[in-house]
Amino acid sequence: MAEDAHSDESTAVAPAHGSEHSVASVDVGLAVVPAPEDAFQDPGLPPHHLRVTDTNPRRQRRAQRTVFSLFYLSIAGSIFAVAAYMAFPIEDGSFTAIRINNLFIGLGIALALLGLGFGAVHWAKALMGDHELTDPRHPVRGSEETRARSIEIFQQANEESGFGRRTLIRNTLIGALIAFPLPAVAMLRGLAPQNQDPVALLKETMWDKGVRLVRDPLGTPIKASDVTLGSVFHVIPDGLNKLPHDEMLNAKAKAIVLLVRMDPSELHETPERKSWSYDGIVAYSKVCTHVGCPVALYEQQTHHLLCPCHQSQFDISNGAAVIFGPAARPLPQLPIAVDDEGYLVAQSDFTEPVGPSFWERDKA
Amino acid sequence: MSTATTTDAPRTTSFSGPSTFTGRAANYIDERTSISAVVREFGRKIFPDHWSFLLGEVALYSFIVILISGTFLTFFFQASMAEVQYNGAYVPLKGMNMSVALQSTLDISYEVRGGLLMRQIHHWAALLFIAAMGLHMLRIFFTGAFRKPRELNWVVGFTLFILGMAEGFTGYSLPDDLLSGNGLRIIDGMIEGIPIVGTWLSFLLFGGEFPGSDIVGRLYSLHIMILPAMVILFIAIHLVFVVVHMHTQYPGPGKTNRNVVGYPILPVYAAKAGGFFFVVFGVIALIATFFQINPIWNYGPYDPSPVSAGTQPDWYIGFADGMLRLIPSHLETVWFGYTFTWYIIIPVAILGLFIVLVAVYPFIESWVTGDKREHHVLDRPRNAPTRTAIGVAGVVFYAVMWAAASSDLIATHFMLTIEGVIITLQVLLVIGPIIGYWVTKRVCLALQRKDRSLALHGYESGRIVRLPGGEYIEVHKPLDEYERWRLVSYESYAPLMLRPDRSGRITFANRLRVGMSRWFFEDRIAPVTRAELEAGHGDHGAHGAPGELEGGHDGDHGLPPAAH
Repeated sequence: MAEDAHSDESTAVAPAHGSEHSVASVDVGLAVVPAPEDAFQDPGLPPHHLRVTDTNPRRQRRAQRTVFSLFYLSIAGSIFAVAAYMAFPIEDGSFTAIRINNLFIGLGIALALLGLGFGAVHWAKALMGDHELTDPRHPVRGSEETRARSIEIFQQANEESGFGRRTLIRNTLIGALIAFPLPAVAMLRGLAPQNQDPVALLKETMWDKGVRLVRDPLGTPIKASDVTLGSVFHVIPDGLNKLPHDEMLNAKAKAIVLLVRMDPSELHETPERKSWSYDGIVAYSKVCTHVGCPVALYEQQTHHLLCPCHQSQFDISNGAAVIFGPAARPLPQLPIAVDDEGYLVAQSDFTEPVGPSFWERDKA
Repeated sequence: MSTATTTDAPRTTSFSGPSTFTGRAANYIDERTSISAVVREFGRKIFPDHWSFLLGEVALYSFIVILISGTFLTFFFQASMAEVQYNGAYVPLKGMNMSVALQSTLDISYEVRGGLLMRQIHHWAALLFIAAMGLHMLRIFFTGAFRKPRELNWVVGFTLFILGMAEGFTGYSLPDDLLSGNGLRIIDGMIEGIPIVGTWLSFLLFGGEFPGSDIVGRLYSLHIMILPAMVILFIAIHLVFVVVHMHTQYPGPGKTNRNVVGYPILPVYAAKAGGFFFVVFGVIALIATFFQINPIWNYGPYDPSPVSAGTQPDWYIGFADGMLRLIPSHLETVWFGYTFTWYIIIPVAILGLFIVLVAVYPFIESWVTGDKREHHVLDRPRNAPTRTAIGVAGVVFYAVMWAAASSDLIATHFMLTIEGVIITLQVLLVIGPIIGYWVTKRVCLALQRKDRSLALHGYESGRIVRLPGGEYIEVHKPLDEYERWRLVSYESYAPLMLRPDRSGRITFANRLRVGMSRWFFEDRIAPVTRAELEAGHGDHGAHGAPGELEGGHDGDHGLPPAAH
């Protein structure tokens, strides 16, 4: 490379000063230090070394044997895989059968492929000519003549079409080209239903006044007396399971709730939320306010809820405030009460949107 | 010339026509395609040889494996989120409601012979594809192969890496199992956090509310049509560039910017590269035979409520997931009634900046160095200490984000607190790259010094000689000229000097450029020159036994020659 640097146009500076600390750049602003006059010269390709297969006919024959043996092995592998396909049925549905089927077909295929691959590579390395050859390189840019001719062609095309001269034609053409994909973009609006507003949908859930809290996924109602101290209930709104499948999933993604009873003395409630709990039982949205994973891991001793996705932690005894992790907001609380039959019900929907924040979240 | 494809036939110009079957077939094809010109042009094209050049091949071949296995899977997979009651072979899920997508995935695993193997080959090949692309990019980066004329090809390759991750994520989401559904939930949460358009983007992507019943079908279109078409297109561009530029080569005797030294496509690379495809495919098949991946039957259908602890994305999404975890609490503000979700905006911005820096690095470096020449001989990483250090800083940054994606597993496996792990990683995210940068740069400079010392004094022979005066010395054997050339054949750069431009002003851009140039090249070790070597001989001779260091030992020095 140092040798090349000599002949490159950019290092036209005379390397007279010799010191490597001097700056080489003149107009081109290139920081290469020119190679000193006494730089080493490229000794050229080292002498070729013969392989053992070049000098020893017995080793050559052995290499030949190895290559065709590997190819034979490959054929055997292919046949073995087909045989395994037939010999190991999976139709009884047992996991062992599937494992065995997977194992033997896989082994056969792997043998077929590896035999082929290693055989070919060994052939190339041990038996094919291994004299290093040299190709010349040319600059990537086209030759001066080619470049001149290209410019000429463009100029000719410009003249014959008047692209540069007839500016109105050119500019309207550009305008039309910009405009023509717009209908396609507009049609992408159809990706989502026309009659729904995502902001409104994100701000409401299935919970409403008097909706019973039922067990997830069974759908059985929960009596306040069932909720013993320290126990946790995964809760969905009554009626959710009766919805069609896709509506059910959409509703469930927003409505899942975690119900916990703790010692009222450990529960720190703000005055306006005093009426939201029932006898130490509190209900919080189970959708993480970070990016929406279910906050499903409750630690009874500390009253902490942990999100398994990104490890946000919420303190249930303290309004589900964020105590660690990337979440920014407490989990929304569901105001609950008890109906005439002693079952837990919601007082209303959540008073704020559940789940991850969005642009219009706090817009009235 | 019409018989050019018959390998052993002499190039006769007789018009009698070929007589062998191969010859007649070649003639038939050539008379209709002019393909002999292609064979003449490319048949004996020379490619250099080095193990690190295989990384790109691994990526290419695993992509072919993905295409083959993926095509098989499309014959069975049904991208529908319609609800069905599962009545297939896997007993624990019998009677459960699930989507057709999950049911067909279960059927591929449990009711199609070899179907599980194909699924596992597909998944493992995808993991290997992205890993190989990543390693290939690192090789390109650390050897400076992205320099002119290959800057654009770096960007093409970078795009392939991004496309590969997109392919991976869309494929991961197709089975509609619990894990993939949670992954989509996270994506949805992130999209909703984007200012202004986030809510609507999420709404359009999912065809209404999350999860809806459209997403699997839409991702399937992307996964098997649009993204693969783009990947194939970009691979084609990538390879055309490789042909146009010809392959780079490592520095060594006889290798210059004006030649390429190696072996011809026919027959050597046809066998080596062709064989290597089967080796890569075989290794993937072997892994898929022995190691289970993505057992969706254990996860069950997607349900927004349950989730298991220790969930992990596929490895290549880890860095993004980790970045989400590293953000401190409470980062959200409401301005003018609108919610700014900094806990999304900041990590997305950091990831975006990181990715953009990777993409444009070749242009930054060429601006700093002012080097507009073509480079076909690679840099040894030590000979570009600042670049190597920047690369390591980037790798450390990525690695910390990646580790953060397993913060919970690190905590449980090593009995640490989750808070401790996260805080440590937050600190490491900032100081890790700095330490990595600094250490790497020192290591590079030290290795360059070591090279200098080797070139000047030779290597320790292990032979201890007692001099007549009673002094013991270890005899150093000089390098031969080929080995020495490898150590001294690099260019030395010096910082640019600040000088007024044509209109006599010193612009801010110039100041910045000179400052960065100083940062790049302030510390440098110049290659050894002949004069230094001769002076070194004399210098070393003062320690005695100069005769041992004469050049006469070149023949039996015992070191392998530099070239392979």
